[in-house]
Amino acid sequence: METVLAGAGAVAVAATALVFVQREAVHALLYLIVSLFALAVSMLALGAAFVAALEVIVYAGAIMVLFVFVVMMIGSRGPKVGFKAWIGPALLSCALLGLLAYAAIRGSPDPYLKSAVAEISPKAVGTALLGPYGLASEIAAFLLLSGLVSAYRIGHK
Amino acid sequence: MSATIHLEYGLVLAAVIFVIGLAGLIARRSLVFMLLGVEVMLNAAGFAFIVAGAKWVRPEGQVMFIFLLAMAAAEVAVGLALILALFGMRKSLDDFSPDQEGG
Repeated sequence: METVLAGAGAVAVAATALVFVQREAVHALLYLIVSLFALAVSMLALGAAFVAALEVIVYAGAIMVLFVFVVMMIGSRGPKVGFKAWIGPALLSCALLGLLAYAAIRGSPDPYLKSAVAEISPKAVGTALLGPYGLASEIAAFLLLSGLVSAYRIGHK
Repeated sequence: MSATIHLEYGLVLAAVIFVIGLAGLIARRSLVFMLLGVEVMLNAAGFAFIVAGAKWVRPEGQVMFIFLLAMAAAEVAVGLALILALFGMRKSLDDFSPDQEGG
């Protein structure tokens, strides 16, 4: 899986670099989402399927949506996501799709791409998260609650 | 053994992405882009955890990434709420630097 890791890493570096050269924040968000996808593919190639899914669902799906909300709220001149803005992220995403298809074809009996590295199963992660690290999970829940309360307090002056 | 190649390559990748995020944080003057730079740096640190967990075939790397995800969610919620409050006061988020603000 060195090919997949190298290719996804190159896509991640390119997309992350393109984030900070955009003028519009919405275009930067598009490239950042592609960068998160590329890192998720890298994690999949490293045998970490669970956090690869979490990266897409939580990071690209939830946290980036917060950014999109705020950018749309403060964008006084209206959103400018025309056709040209989609070309770069679409090309990078197609490269990622090609890498995934290559991995699926090469390691056909195994959907989790674990030819070179040992996969750490979601079951092992969950057992560790709620077993020896149960107290830390509780503290993370407190942190999320405090983040919610303070965001509410700041937003409702 | 290919695992060492993975470790070195993955750590170099995490370091490169971290440096890109740091450079963006320093170079851009817009608050939204600065927060994006912080997000990129957090993500790179999480990826380093994943690489280390894959190297020693232990689930602790992924556990740390999940904690980092929760921390990033709380941080983004508070940071974006602060950005919105600041936007309500100043009507602009560009050309921001803390030393100009006078407290």
